[in-house]
Amino acid sequence: MADPMRIRAQASGDKATVRVLMAHEMETGQRKDAAGKVIPAWYIQQVHAKLNGKDVLSAQWGPAVAKNPFLQFMIKGAKAGDKVSVSWVDNRGDTRTDEAVVT
Amino acid sequence: MMRILWAGAAAAIAASSALVWAQQKSSAEGIAEYRAMLADGNPAELFEAKGEALWKTKRGPKNASLETCDLGKGPGVVRGAFVELPRYFADTGRVQDLESRLLSCSETLQGISAAETAATPFGRGEQSNIEALVAYISAASRGMKFSLPQGNPEERKMYELGKRAFFYRAGSHGFACASCHGDAGKRIRLQDLPELTKNPGDGVGFAAWPAYRVSSGELWGMQRRLNDCYRQQRFPYPGYGSEVTIALGVYMGVNAKGAESVAPSIKR
Amino acid sequence: MKQQHPLLFAVVTLIVSIAGCATPAPAIDYDAATQEMMKNSFRDQGIAKVDRLQQDEADAACSKAQGAPLPEAQRVAIEAANLKTVRMPSDGQFIGDWKLGEQLAQNGRGMTWTDASTAPAANGGNCYNCHQITKAEISYGTIGPSLYQYGKLRGVTDPAAASAKPIVEYTWGKLWNAKATNACSDMPRFGHNKLLDEAQLKNLMALLLDPKSPVNQ
Repeated sequence: MADPMRIRAQASGDKATVRVLMAHEMETGQRKDAAGKVIPAWYIQQVHAKLNGKDVLSAQWGPAVAKNPFLQFMIKGAKAGDKVSVSWVDNRGDTRTDEAVVT
Repeated sequence: MMRILWAGAAAAIAASSALVWAQQKSSAEGIAEYRAMLADGNPAELFEAKGEALWKTKRGPKNASLETCDLGKGPGVVRGAFVELPRYFADTGRVQDLESRLLSCSETLQGISAAETAATPFGRGEQSNIEALVAYISAASRGMKFSLPQGNPEERKMYELGKRAFFYRAGSHGFACASCHGDAGKRIRLQDLPELTKNPGDGVGFAAWPAYRVSSGELWGMQRRLNDCYRQQRFPYPGYGSEVTIALGVYMGVNAKGAESVAPSIKR
Repeated sequence: MKQQHPLLFAVVTLIVSIAGCATPAPAIDYDAATQEMMKNSFRDQGIAKVDRLQQDEADAACSKAQGAPLPEAQRVAIEAANLKTVRMPSDGQFIGDWKLGEQLAQNGRGMTWTDASTAPAANGGNCYNCHQITKAEISYGTIGPSLYQYGKLRGVTDPAAASAKPIVEYTWGKLWNAKATNACSDMPRFGHNKLLDEAQLKNLMALLLDPKSPVNQ
């Protein structure tokens, strides 16, 4: 199981700014190790965010996204106390979901 | 019609002049802007979270946590400890920096071998746990000012030894720490070099470590930073937690007195 | 002798022993302690061996000075000693290929414990780390002075001419052993410490002095 994401969600007016830091190697599949062997590609392909169980964001990522990706987005209509959940799925089929409460 | 065309031309010229003027900002300024943008969402936070869990988790042959470890301000006191290290510890009878102190505590409290951790390559095994712990412990002093104690004669001696180590020219290239970090306003290629003999340089250079190194996607403690310095100075290999690394920490830390700690920060 | 005044005797003894304690503890020899610390703190790794910690007179004197200028007599003596080490090219030819010189100047590799070999062929000149050299390369350091227009500013239109000889030999000397003309120079001693060979140094000479080099445009 991968390391947890750090999620912060702050409400301001009728919007909430969500910041997510994901722990993931994001290997492009282009690098070679010291022995000259290609390090296999391993990267997040899908990201989904939900507000109180309802989909608000979906993203398709590829190997161009850097290691330990940082994602920031705004949700209209979110207020303090709402639940934000973020999930990712990678090319190996591994997945991770973490939650945070909007402050 | 002509007037409108002229106005459009003037506007275009003004815009392109503004663009040219904007491009006059130096490469160093551009890089500083890029770094400021990176600072939000510093992956070091991931390591801080892991470190906090490690501090509180029972581990090792003795199945104990680190929560009674004395980092200099009393057993278990984490907040404010980072900005007073390295310092003298009576129980070990020597001056220790954060990483060597974590090795002592892990061994004494948890039964985890300090020698084995010291021999482990950076980023692997117990070393990756140390990285997380230094991120957590340094974060607990964020914004506080460096104030290393110099009341103990051993602490003062280490300052003097650290100063001499800082100016020690050797290796195939004859470099000392001072060759790069002894003057203000210098850079290697486009990398600005903080002057580490006094503030504000020291407040930028020393006060920023541990840090998340974007170029390798890893968290580097001060021990690793010094290790890579010595590698690039073409010196032989400094032992992990060796006397010279701690002495340099005392010298730089005392020179940073009053500077705000920004660790763990984000670096290229 | 009768102990007639035991109290006085005790007081005198106390005063004598306190006077003994009043002798200051010997001052710490920080230089010796530093040498000891360096010896105990480092180990061999790859091609980087602990014998690299040995300092010659220049290293030791300049370390001790901690950035301050050396006493004049010492400075002169160190420069003279380092000047003696400069070996002029074996075939009397100083100028190589500036294109190869530029490649070498861009290369910062070599001699670290992650490098495989100490052979000069494996080493770069490290030049752009510290110096501006061509106009086109904006990624340059400022630890050393700018070398842009090096030959042009010194009036070198033909490096083979007799009039250019002093500059040509001075430049070679700088590359071979920078401390020959600046006792506490931070520049590596490329010839003296066997970091670069004659052919490589000639290419760097060309980069700086060949009128066709981009440095002199």
